[in-house]
Parts: sequence; C-alpha cells; structure tokens
Amino acid sequence: MTGALLQVRGLRAQYGSTKVLHGVDFEVGQGGITTILGANGAGKTTLLRAMCGMVTTQGEIAFGGTRIDGLATESIVRLGVAHVPDGRGTFLDFTVEENLRIGAYIRRDRDGVQADYERVYAYFPRLKERRRQQAGTLSGGEQQMLAVSRALMLKPKLLLLDEPSFGLAPLIVQELFDIFRTINRRDGVSMLLVEQNAALALRLADHAYLLETGRVVISGTADAIRGDESVRRSYLGY
Amino acid sequence: MKTPPLLSAVPALTSRHIAALAVLLALACALPFLIGNYRVFQLTLALVYAIALLGLNMLTGYNGQISLGHGAFYAIGAYTAAILMDHNVLPYWATIPVAGIVCLVIGFLFGLPALRLEGLYLALATFALGVAMPQILKHNSIEPWTGGSQGIVITKPDPPAWLPVSQDQWLYMFTLAWTVLLFFAAWNLLRGRIGRALVAIRDQPVAAQAMGVNTALYKSLAFGVSALYTGIAGALGAIAVQFVAPDSFSFFLSITFVVGVVVGGLASISGALYGALFIVFIPNIADQISKAAPWAIYGVFLIGLMYLMPSGVAGAIRIARRRWFDRERPSAAQRAASPPARDVQV
Amino acid sequence: MDLLLHQALSGLATGGIYASVALALVMIYQATHLVNFAQGEMAMFSTYLAWSLMQAGVPYWGAFAITVVAAFVGGVLIERVVVQPVENSPILSLVIVFIGLLVIFNSVAGWIFTYTIKPFPSPFPEQPLFGNRYLSSHDMGSTAVTLVVLSLVFVFFRFTPLGLAMRAAAQNPVSSRLVGVRVGWMLALGWGLASAIGAVAGIMVAPVVFLEPNMMGGILLYAFAGALLGGIDSPGGAVLGGFIVGVLENVIGVYVGSELKLTMALVIIVGVLVVRPAGLFGKVHVARV
Repeated sequence: MTGALLQVRGLRAQYGSTKVLHGVDFEVGQGGITTILGANGAGKTTLLRAMCGMVTTQGEIAFGGTRIDGLATESIVRLGVAHVPDGRGTFLDFTVEENLRIGAYIRRDRDGVQADYERVYAYFPRLKERRRQQAGTLSGGEQQMLAVSRALMLKPKLLLLDEPSFGLAPLIVQELFDIFRTINRRDGVSMLLVEQNAALALRLADHAYLLETGRVVISGTADAIRGDESVRRSYLGY
Repeated sequence: MKTPPLLSAVPALTSRHIAALAVLLALACALPFLIGNYRVFQLTLALVYAIALLGLNMLTGYNGQISLGHGAFYAIGAYTAAILMDHNVLPYWATIPVAGIVCLVIGFLFGLPALRLEGLYLALATFALGVAMPQILKHNSIEPWTGGSQGIVITKPDPPAWLPVSQDQWLYMFTLAWTVLLFFAAWNLLRGRIGRALVAIRDQPVAAQAMGVNTALYKSLAFGVSALYTGIAGALGAIAVQFVAPDSFSFFLSITFVVGVVVGGLASISGALYGALFIVFIPNIADQISKAAPWAIYGVFLIGLMYLMPSGVAGAIRIARRRWFDRERPSAAQRAASPPARDVQV
Repeated sequence: MDLLLHQALSGLATGGIYASVALALVMIYQATHLVNFAQGEMAMFSTYLAWSLMQAGVPYWGAFAITVVAAFVGGVLIERVVVQPVENSPILSLVIVFIGLLVIFNSVAGWIFTYTIKPFPSPFPEQPLFGNRYLSSHDMGSTAVTLVVLSLVFVFFRFTPLGLAMRAAAQNPVSSRLVGVRVGWMLALGWGLASAIGAVAGIMVAPVVFLEPNMMGGILLYAFAGALLGGIDSPGGAVLGGFIVGVLENVIGVYVGSELKLTMALVIIVGVLVVRPAGLFGKVHVARV
C-alpha cells in the first residue's frame, strides 16, 4: 500500500537491554483500521508505545509521509496521533469534563472543540451525565469511554487503541466497538487496534498482523485471516 | 539439594576485604603519631561523626525511615556524658555505654509514635525534635544539671599513666576503639536476618509484614539502635570537644548528618566514613577557597557531588569497581548475552 | 482575653505569610513529590532584590512588580538548569541539592548584602485602619495582599488552559504527554510560580521581622508544618494549614512564652499528624495489599 497513513519498517524496540521487537513491518491505510493480534508478551503494547516515542527504537516510522521515529511524544501527538493506553491513562483527580478539556489542549479552534464536546457526549451519553464527577470514581467501562473520548478531543488522524476491551463486560465492549466503526466511517479517523480478543478485532478491522514474541508471523486482510481455519485454530484459538 | 545462600544486606567480607581493612586499621593506629595535635583532634571528630552517620544510615539507608532530627540524640548522648562527668558520678570512659543506653531507650520510645508517620511527615516530626532540643536544653527547670545556655565544661581526660601519649592521641585511640567495635557490631547486625528484615521493610513493607516480619517492632528497634549509635557518638564528641552547650546542637547539626549520610552513600557502612570525612574537612576547604562566602562553596560542592555521584561516594566506588571488573572479563558476559533477542513479558 | 484576641488576629496575618509559602511548597511537591527546602532562601533573596531596587530609587510597587517577575524567571531558570539534569536521582540526593541551593542563596545574600539587619518599608500607613486596636495596617494590608495572590493562583489553576495543563503534568506526566503537554516546561513554570509567590511572601513579611539573610528560616519551618497539617497534596489544605499554624503559634506564645513557642507549636502539629497522618485535608492513601 503506497500512500499509507502510517508506515513502519524494520522496527526494533527495547527496554534498557531487554529487546522486545525484532524488526516489525506494518502499515495503516488512510481511513483504514489495522489490528495487531497476539498473545500476552508478544510485544503489542510496546509496539503502540513505539508509535508515540515512549520507548527506545530503531527502524523507520513514517506518519503522513514524515519520519516520526526519534521524536518526543508531545511532538508526535501534535501531528495528529492519539493514544489510548492500556490502563486507560485517565486523569483520576480531574472531573470527566477536565479530562476532555485537557484532551483538547493542543487545539486552537474553539468552535471545533465545542462541537467535539457535543459529538463525544452523543457517542457516550453516560459521560455527559457524569461530566462533573471525579474520573477516578467512574466504572471501568466508563473510564474506557472517557479515555477514547479524550483521545477524540485531540481531533486525531490516527487513533491508537491498546486493548480497549480489557476488563469490560461484553455488552459494553460491543457498544464500544460499534462506536469505533462509526468514528472510522463517519469522521474518517484511521485506527491501529491492539487486541487480545481476535474475533472482535477481526470483525472491525480491514487488515491484521499477528505478532509473536516480537515478530510478525502472519499478515493479511482481516477477511482472509478470519476465513483461514488453520490460522484461526493454531494462532487465534478459535 | 543445597539451599542457595541467602542474600545479605551488606556485602560479604572476602579475604581481599579483610586484608584491606587490616591495612586501614594499622594506618589509623599509626596516624596520630605522625601529625599535629589539631589534625588528631579533627580525625577524632571524624571518627565520632562516622559513628553518628552509621547510626543514621541504619535508620534511613537500611530501613528507609528518614530522620531530620538526629542531632537531638547526639545532644542527649553528649549531655548525658557531660552531666555524669560534671557531677563526678562516673569516670569518662564509663559514661559512653550509659549515654548509649539512655539514647537507645529514648530512641525506641520516639520510634513508637513515629510508626504512624511516613516519609515527609516523619521528616517533620524528627525535624521538630531536632529544633526543639536546644530550646529544651536551655530551659530553666533543668538548668542545675545542664548549665542552661552556658552549658558544661568538661575536663580533658588524661591517658593512663603507663601509656606515653598525649591527651589528644589518647582520645583518638579511645574513640578509634569504640569506632571499630561499633562498626563491627553494625556489620554483624546487618548481614544477618535483622539486616534483611530492615531492608525488606524499607523496600516492600506490606510484603514483609505478610511474610511474618514484625514491622512495628523492627522499625522501633531501628530507631532505638540508631539513637544508641548517635548517642554514643555524642558522648565521645563531648569528651573530644570538652564542652557542651545547647546551641552546638541546633537543627543545623541534624541537617549536617543527613548531608553526610547521603554524600557518603545510603545503605553503606563505608559510606559513614566517607561522609564523616566530608563533613569535617570540606567546610575547611570551602573556607580556604572563599573567605567571603564559604558556605556558598560548600553548597556548590553538594550540588556538584549529587550530579556526579547521586548514590554517594560509596555508590560511585561500587559502580566504578563493577565497571572495572566487567572490563577485565568481557567475553564471558558477552557470550552469555549473545543469543537472538530474549523473549520477555511485555 | 484581650491579649488572646489580639494575638489570634495578628496570628492570621503571619498565617497568611505561612499560607503563601506553604502553597509554594505544595505546588512543587505536587509536581515532583519533593519539598523545595530552598524556597525560603529564594524568597529572602528576592526580597533583597526588591530592597536594592528601592534603595536605587524605584518606587515601592514598581520594585514589587519587577521583583515578582524576576523571581518568576529565576525560578524557571533554576528548575531548567539545576534541577532538571538530576531529576531522576534518588529522592534524598535531590534533597541534598535543595540543601545546597539553600546554603548558596543564604551565603551569597550574606556576602552581597551583609548580615546587618535592615529595615524594610511597608506600603501601608502607620496608623491602624479604622482605629482598631488589634491589627496594624500592615497586618491587614499584607493579609489582603496574600489573599489576592492566593485567589489569583486559584483562578489560574482552575480556569485557565495552562493551569489545567500544569495540574495535569503534576498528576500524570505520561498521560499529559499523550495529549501534547510539554511536561518539562510545566515543571519549570511551577517553579517559577512558586518562586514568585515566595517573593511576595518575603516582601510582605520583611517589614515585620526585618530584612536579614536568616529571616525566612523559621517561616519556612512553619510553612512546612502548615502544609503537612493541611495535607501535603492539597493546595487548599496547605493554605488553611498555614493560617492555622499562624494563629496557633501566637496563641501558644501567650501561654508558654516565646522561647518555647516554636517547640510547642511543632509538638502540637506532630501530635495532630500522629492522629491523622495524612493531614486534615490530605487524601488518605488506602494501600491495596
């Protein structure tokens, strides 16, 4: 895919002297949804953190044609990359509203920000009800919604999602993933989704990569992978 | 199957270590006969502070309880010795253990309510103790014993008749003997279960308690023993200086102790020695560099040292030694690390 | 009874000073989990700057404004140049760095300005306002100034984007980076603000305690105690704690005499902390085992 929004070549990443990723290649297309699958310990979270400059890396990461490997997190974010980390990264002492306000920190268009508040509250009415509540008192599902909303307030071109289904009830997960689809179709936000729940992720994404101990072992369209029974049984467990 | 050796809070003494210590001890014994009286006095003071710093280090470095008020225990030890000598109750050499025991009890008693306080709050409580001590010492009600603001003058003890040394040299040897004894006792204490318990409480208090370590008892004991050491140091110091007065034991002394412990190296027995040398000699050097603002130079030294050696002199030596040894045998280490990237939990 | 009331009220005035310095301490603590022990000496140094400007003929409020701005810039510089390079050191090492700063500021002030006690002018009139018997105009005026400063700080943090960003950076630096906040600079700004607040406190207290290099020592201690009493992670608590300590100090002084009042005040504060370790308004940290 040429002209992909995010292109990664030969990515290596490590924590101190511990190497985690050993040369990973993948892409996210304009307006596409790519998912990275794999078991615990495969390196999925590290991969997302590498996108944001939170980890030492070698290799090339290009976003919208510009090289972003080696840039500071704050600078990458300002190019339009929003990251919903595992653990959600909620500002627990802030109210829901303050979490959203800080999400829009880098934006200069006051009207656009106001419109986005409305949009986010439309996606997640529960957040609107609780907007003056302290974020630390929200339930797990609500905090996840808040984390996604905070990322959306940045008006990102690319949304990085780290295991959004983790610890959530199935009904809420369904709601969340429906909203992801809407955000992608309606607002054109590209997504890089890391998930352990392969079935769920493959239904949402158009492309998939399977990561195993720091290397890509399988890649292809989501349909192809979903359709390949042997891959599903050996690697994805269903 | 042989059980693996238990980790110790202090490094084991190899034969190389013991040889080095023997040389150091011999040097220490010879020194007072090679230098002038004033320098001997300074070295005596360095030994005194080393004992105090070891006491504080056991509490703060090994057990993680910060104290900004150890000057108070130093003062209590000093005054105990001074009062006993002034009222002719005990000869100078007998006052040392008494001062120690008094401080052990007071330290333990202080440690009990301190159990409820953590980090900054404990720092404030101990700081309050350190600030309060001079004011308490000046109070009218105990003036007949303490001599109020004037303090107490102590007569310099004479060496035993059969030893042909000067008073300063004798005091040095006397202090050196106590230093060796106390350092050995500390090493012995820290290398066994107690040392491990203290460190466990410092690093993972909840886990330690879950494993059956009586956290409350150990923490209070740590305070007591730490006070014991600093109190003995105070007594020895009083004898060396021949004078005690409330204003010599201000909060500034407590801060100086903290500086000494951090500069020397936390959780390190040798660190106490390095720290003591720093706090005795650096102010002199700073004074020589700038008569106008010597403390500014001292401050620059402090900041510079923390840039270069954040884990203190002892820590820097440890790092340097490790690097030197790694350079000697690189192949083994490299070979062990070579395989295609290790898999790891992320 | 009259004496008690008098002492309590003037305790509020000194309490305002403690509250300001306590706020400065808490601001830096929230962002870094460190107490800046050099806060008092930095404030003292700024006060000397104001004094020098006034000696050179600059009118009072002009010198006040210039000093506050200079203190702000100085605070930012110190954070960027002295603190930032060692910010990942162990906590006690950083404490030593602050002690080093404390000692440097104190010594340099003594060297440049000498240790002779100097009078410092007050912008408020000599006669007590409204003919009251309890509070001098300076007490009332400085309390007013303190309250204005504290309100401005409150408004800044609660209602401005930059204030929000600074709070975010202190609370959760990782997440803050993920929304584009430049965390390093937020820290520097925090130091600048704390330094500026300290300067105001120094200028307000100097007419009462007279200007000399050691003037802020006791004040820093009371401010520290006030911050802990209120709860070290609560700016509002710290401010209230500062006022409480001010009143407590004076009221105790009536009963115990001035030599022991420092000791007694500290003992009481420590007593409170033993009963309620997190301070009056601090968050009680429940440790999940």
